[in-house]
Amino acid sequence: MTDLSGLDRPNSYIGRSVERPNAARLTRGRGRFVDDIDLPRMLHVAFARSPYAHALVKSVDTAGAAALAGVIRVVTMSDLAEYCTPWVGVLDHLKGIKSASQWPLANGKVFSQGEPVAAVVAASRAIAEDAVERIAIDYEALDPQVDPKASLAPDALPIHAELGDNLCFERKIDTGDVDEAFSTAAHVVEAEMRFNRHTGVTLEPRSIICDFDASQRALTLYMSVQCPHMSKNLFARHLNLDENNVRVICGDVGGSFGIKIHTYADEMTAAALAVMLERPVKFVADRLESFITDIHARDHEAKARLAVDGDGRITAFDLDDLTGIGPFSVYPRTSGIEVNQVLNLTGGPYAHGAYRAHGRVVFQNKNNMCQYRGVGHPIAVAIAEHLVDKAAKVTGQDPAEFRRRNFIADDAYPYTSPSGAIYERQSHRECLDKLLEKCAYDDLRAEQSALRRKGVYRGIGLVSLVEVTNPSPAFYGVGGARIASQDGCTLRLDPTGGVTCLTGVTEQGQGTETIIAQVAATAIGINMANIRVITGDTETVPYGGGTWASRAAGIGGEAALRAGKALKQNILSVAATILQDRAENLDIRDGVIVTAVDRTERMPLSELGRIVYFRGDTLPKDLAPELVVTRHYTQNTYPFCFTNAAHACYLEVDTDTGMIRLLGYWVVEDCGTVINPKLVAEQTRGGVVQGLGPALFEECIYSPEGQLMNGSLADYLVPMAGEMPDIVVDHVVTPTQTSELGAKGVGEAGTAGAPAAVMNALNDALGPFDVELTDMPFTPEKILRALGRVSGRDQK
Amino acid sequence: MMKRLVTLSINGEEVSAAVEPRMTLADFIRSEARLTGTHVGCEHGVCGACTVRVDGRTARGCLLFAIQCEGSEIETIENFGDGKGADLQQAFVEHNALQCGFCTPGMLIAADELLRDDPSPTRQAVREYLSGNYCRCTGYQAIVDAVMDVAERRRRK
Repeated sequence: MTDLSGLDRPNSYIGRSVERPNAARLTRGRGRFVDDIDLPRMLHVAFARSPYAHALVKSVDTAGAAALAGVIRVVTMSDLAEYCTPWVGVLDHLKGIKSASQWPLANGKVFSQGEPVAAVVAASRAIAEDAVERIAIDYEALDPQVDPKASLAPDALPIHAELGDNLCFERKIDTGDVDEAFSTAAHVVEAEMRFNRHTGVTLEPRSIICDFDASQRALTLYMSVQCPHMSKNLFARHLNLDENNVRVICGDVGGSFGIKIHTYADEMTAAALAVMLERPVKFVADRLESFITDIHARDHEAKARLAVDGDGRITAFDLDDLTGIGPFSVYPRTSGIEVNQVLNLTGGPYAHGAYRAHGRVVFQNKNNMCQYRGVGHPIAVAIAEHLVDKAAKVTGQDPAEFRRRNFIADDAYPYTSPSGAIYERQSHRECLDKLLEKCAYDDLRAEQSALRRKGVYRGIGLVSLVEVTNPSPAFYGVGGARIASQDGCTLRLDPTGGVTCLTGVTEQGQGTETIIAQVAATAIGINMANIRVITGDTETVPYGGGTWASRAAGIGGEAALRAGKALKQNILSVAATILQDRAENLDIRDGVIVTAVDRTERMPLSELGRIVYFRGDTLPKDLAPELVVTRHYTQNTYPFCFTNAAHACYLEVDTDTGMIRLLGYWVVEDCGTVINPKLVAEQTRGGVVQGLGPALFEECIYSPEGQLMNGSLADYLVPMAGEMPDIVVDHVVTPTQTSELGAKGVGEAGTAGAPAAVMNALNDALGPFDVELTDMPFTPEKILRALGRVSGRDQK
Repeated sequence: MMKRLVTLSINGEEVSAAVEPRMTLADFIRSEARLTGTHVGCEHGVCGACTVRVDGRTARGCLLFAIQCEGSEIETIENFGDGKGADLQQAFVEHNALQCGFCTPGMLIAADELLRDDPSPTRQAVREYLSGNYCRCTGYQAIVDAVMDVAERRRRK
């Protein structure tokens, strides 16, 4: 690494906050999102969706819709049956997980509100929507199961009769010594918590254009998606197409956060219709469709306790987590992964020896729940950090000191947690100490204390956490899903001396293209401006997993580093022949081949390119210049590269109105090698706000009938600029030894920690009232109820 | 549905099309003028992604029908930089005040109006003013930084 990051080199971009080359385009309206694409002969699809959460579809009368001018075809499942096979969202390594077959359109029964029953293809979306209103569907309503606990009751009707009951997946971890730890504990603290259902609200809704060329039986999908190769496989498989003939092109993606990595019935229908009609079909979800069909997140009820010994050391965690996932385990990643993560991660930073965890995943008649930014982390972190705060209080210690005392010892790494998670190296103490310094913790405590005497209630919430990044094949591959954990990078030196870079990881705004360019430019020795990065087209980029689980920098970055080093060697060996020197005497600086020792300029890359591409006649016959290289990387040292972070939230509660005002937020994170400090900070800030949203505002509120009551942006609250605080971000750097680059991911940590930080700060603020809030979101109403300031019927 | 001829001036160019009365201004801009920098995020007036200028003031492109705007001067992100907002665009890039970029055109147009109305806003005033434009990626801080930076630079000029 030293030869790459030496700051004397002109092209050392690793660790620098360079601007994103693709950002200017987006400020000028030159983005290319799926809905911006208009293909010749393109048709538009709209869906008749179930208004019921659970019902039999007795009949569908499409005649009125089909008769409308501009309507090309109206279809139900029976029309699609020969074009599309159903899917089941299970993975082999989640032992016992089960789910039912899912069809693109309702196959006689609907299992949640919003499930598509019929589809209209028309010349415009407006006409298609007009026609949808003319479809007459006769439903026979069935009792919906909306409450996860009730769904598990022995007499509960199974949502899918063929599965026998409503338990999708169950997992237990038990180190065996938990009961003893609790029976001998000096203190036991416990809590029940509720984690609200919420959703991603990507500003660009899910979008797809499906273009089928019958002459080749080739399908091109323009998709707003995070993982193009995964989609290529899934659409080919379920549409009975040769996977080699399916191409996914992913241009600009207007936010994804985990929403755009799943199989959606409406998107599969659009593709099936394109095959059927042999014309391009566009589907762009509108906002109301997004709320009832984009995967939802969380929906957990947890009960947990923690044991502390007489020395103030945590000896055990014991938890039970129940999550309602809607009627299906989402394909292909399953809806079992989140609970798995809750069990793997709870109490991650601490040195407790005993651990028992029970997780259950339950079917219900609500929208499907699946992986969303932070997957399981916000729940695991909130459970542990709330209990840790309570334990600190009951032992009379400051929460910071209590954490410090209970962290895994710095010299104990690599460390295997009681849940089986392996931590290569964590920096909890260093992060916490830096955090306390950054937020001037002692001053905040003094201010809190002084204001409290004046009747002003402020609270400080601390959080320490671990984050899963750089996944190995253990995440999905071993379970049978064709979701790549490896990723590749191809670099081509062009005759201009510029480099074209193709990478399997994708960009949704995080800055993927930028960091790949930074790494590749550094490794080769050229100016970043001379690298063009291409992502998202399965026809051209190396086969890869795309961007999820914070893998783009760590996995894609390492592949780019290896490719860059290999290309440099190839260039230098050609240069050595041309210059009649030895390759090891040469170097590349700023796009010029130089003598390594004294940096004497010998030849620009453009001259080397000219000779190789156009004047091969001047080269020795046995020289075979290879100016295109591809390298791949799989992280397979550990199941994951864990990062860690510490958060602090400072807030004030108005005890008369129940309003929370966020006063400050600080994060110190350790994602290993920081490739671009600004992008890391911005990932962290955006992540924090995505965690603050569900802690304070965001909730998919369902009626007992399984109806989403607030499925519009006017009713579903997301964080706005005026309510959010400035967020201070700093770093501790512990590079992973699993790669030369040393980078870990940073996409989830903000979202992972923010709900817990708010919860801890809120309960700290309300300490004098002896109340405890653990039911997110923390609305003014809930706060006033807890304080006994309002009574009457509970709205929840 | 009966179509009507609508003529708008969009970025100084006259655009005429026969459209249904229910076509929104945002859809007219995107599908008739083929200017796709104006984004449609919610179609019910909340998210602000479709913010454009109508006769000099910002408006939600999804809350106006195209026929309501007959004869109006419409300005979109595509000519925003022409001597007016280029500094904001540059500042957004410098501060990384965008990630996915979907909200960005609307955010820029709203920020520009803020700075016309109030050349010396406080950070909180910027936050309040931009609260009609949702961003799900950045957490807003970099956007506020960029707008404050431009306010400062414009004052120094």
